Amino acid sequence: MGVATVSPSWRTLTAVWAGKTAGVASRALRRGGGTAIPGLVALRVAPRLVAELRTQLGHGSVIITGTNGKTTTAHMLSSVARGAGYRPLHNRTGSNLMRGIATALIDDVNLVGRLPEGERRLGVFEVDEATLPEAVAALAPRVLLFTNLFRDQLDRYGEVDSIAARWRGTLSAAPESMTVVLNADDPSVAALRSVARGPVVLYGVDDKKVALSRPEHAADSRWCPDCGREYRYRMVFYGHIGHWRCPGCGQARPQPSVWARRVRFDPESGASLTVDTPAGEASLALKLGGLYNGYNALAAVAAGLALEIPLAAVQAGVSAVAAAFGRQERFEVDGRRVQVFLAKNPAGLNQVLRTLAAREGKKRLLLLLNDDIADGRDVSWIWDADFELIAADAVGTVVSGRRAEDMALRLKYAGLSPAPPVVPDTGEALSMALAQTPAGETLYVVPTYTAMLEVREILARRGRVAHYWEETA
Amino acid sequence: MKLAVRLAHLYPKLMNLYGDRGNIICLRRRCEERGIALEIDELDLGDRLDPKRYDLIFMGGGQDREQRRVGPDLIDVKGGALRQAVEEGVAALAVCGGYQLFARYYRPATGDDLPGLGIFDAWTEHPGENVPRCIGNVVAEWQGDTLVGFENHGGRTYLGAGAQPLARVRVGYGNNGKDGGEGAVYKNACGTYLHGSLLPKNPRFADYLLRLALQRRHGDIELAPLDDRLEEEAHAAAIRVASARQ
Repeated sequence: MGVATVSPSWRTLTAVWAGKTAGVASRALRRGGGTAIPGLVALRVAPRLVAELRTQLGHGSVIITGTNGKTTTAHMLSSVARGAGYRPLHNRTGSNLMRGIATALIDDVNLVGRLPEGERRLGVFEVDEATLPEAVAALAPRVLLFTNLFRDQLDRYGEVDSIAARWRGTLSAAPESMTVVLNADDPSVAALRSVARGPVVLYGVDDKKVALSRPEHAADSRWCPDCGREYRYRMVFYGHIGHWRCPGCGQARPQPSVWARRVRFDPESGASLTVDTPAGEASLALKLGGLYNGYNALAAVAAGLALEIPLAAVQAGVSAVAAAFGRQERFEVDGRRVQVFLAKNPAGLNQVLRTLAAREGKKRLLLLLNDDIADGRDVSWIWDADFELIAADAVGTVVSGRRAEDMALRLKYAGLSPAPPVVPDTGEALSMALAQTPAGETLYVVPTYTAMLEVREILARRGRVAHYWEETA
Repeated sequence: MKLAVRLAHLYPKLMNLYGDRGNIICLRRRCEERGIALEIDELDLGDRLDPKRYDLIFMGGGQDREQRRVGPDLIDVKGGALRQAVEEGVAALAVCGGYQLFARYYRPATGDDLPGLGIFDAWTEHPGENVPRCIGNVVAEWQGDTLVGFENHGGRTYLGAGAQPLARVRVGYGNNGKDGGEGAVYKNACGTYLHGSLLPKNPRFADYLLRLALQRRHGDIELAPLDDRLEEEAHAAAIRVASARQ
């Protein structure tokens, strides 16, 4: 790569020291894992820290943004990069603001501000959709990937339209050398191709066997922003994701160059995808279930190829990824299997419910609803999710979290009978749900973000993380 | 004569921002459990409304873009019939963006005024993009009882002499964060900023609306009590959460 390495300025070096010290102090005081504090402190000292340090990333960086799928896609891309002999540098889950990016860089540079093995480094950064303009300006990524755009915590992010406008602004100010990777099946993401200044790579799904009969309730972009007509769909895969066309102005889903011609699910273990790419056909054997993870895999393939990584390495890297933090992550507790399905917004929750509904037999569920800032203060979104999908199969459901009563009520109106018990303490709720799960069966835990952090810690303490290779061996 | 309610759901796809369909799910169930036949017509862009047909009208909220799309249709295609229906005592519930469009006009931070139906003698003005939105949990006093919900609106609504506030704010902003009023009432039409969804967690308000709706064809009806323990728990929990965050 012809990236000119800039030696860190004194200011940046001071910031690195300050950040590292803050990180050590924060960890010693047990003020969390220190994924944000070093960056927060360092950025106060040197606001241009990220822009300076990123020049040492020999392979540049890739940014992943969008409402859902950022973390899993970033994990897949990191795995691809490792398989290709790179040393990926990535920000941790949940730290996808500037401070999280800065922390990732500070953690890896040494005390003189140098990144060891800089020539092998590729930055893989998941970035909050609202932080994108700042992150792109500071990181000047080689590749910018957009997953999808759904309503998410309207009290925090504002309306979907204002996010889309921010993205358009970012793209029109980005350099021509940056490749933009877009989901062709999400109309508001696909529309970004008209403002991208450099190369565009599109990905999508084309297999009617996995299509729904009609759009879900949680579809957000149903109307053409240019002429206002309602989109028509030849196929809908989930939410407003599918093969769309505007009957008014004729705009339609563009043909992607990376696309799945065949998607098959194995309800217990994952999915297999046959993918067409400009570099040839790829076969992906995913360890993650649900069509949404199929999209994450396609996004990672498209971005991997845009980074000029050989197809064989891309295919192997994407297929190797097991669950990311709280995303279909498995545990084993007292002879019961536990699987955690993070759900943060209606579209994501619907995908989780659909994935669960596709599994055979009765389902035992623990639902955890919090309303902290990271979850969104407003819990009304649970009324937009289709709990009706699992009502008939749910047995012994337990609810917990700060807004457990809201969740219990939603489930009552979805037809769960009897209405689930509300157990305020997460640990007790988990014990109760486990007690109702026969040995050898699976308990599905569906938490919001902060509830996931809490229940995951309890699970890790009480049981063990079950790795996929243990199960499939 | 079997009890029946005919509900007009206005723009169910365009105006449904914050789980507004929970209100419909709730009404459906509360009718079902009492053997009341609930018939729901979904009226979209272009669909006319027969003012004599309905007992209850519902409209949810939408983003600015959607509000701009439904505004002209609401006035030109459905306006006369809606005003007539409300004048004749038909019950109505309009939430958030729907509430704003049931009032006289919405003045955005930039751009032209968006005219409304004028059913409520009220108007809404956006104080500017740099002024914080009214976001948070709400507890309001209503008919010696409480309403709970969540509000998220940029515009501030002010009532004229022809409208009464639906409730008085105990926690939250309500119409404008100044005068303590939340929502508006004109005849049997109610407007409110509360979503959450509103009706599931406010079962007494849901039944109040149902009684108003039944009145048109059946007169005063005493509704059979339902098992609302979970609803009341959720209501009480919402008050606890809102009060703790004050």
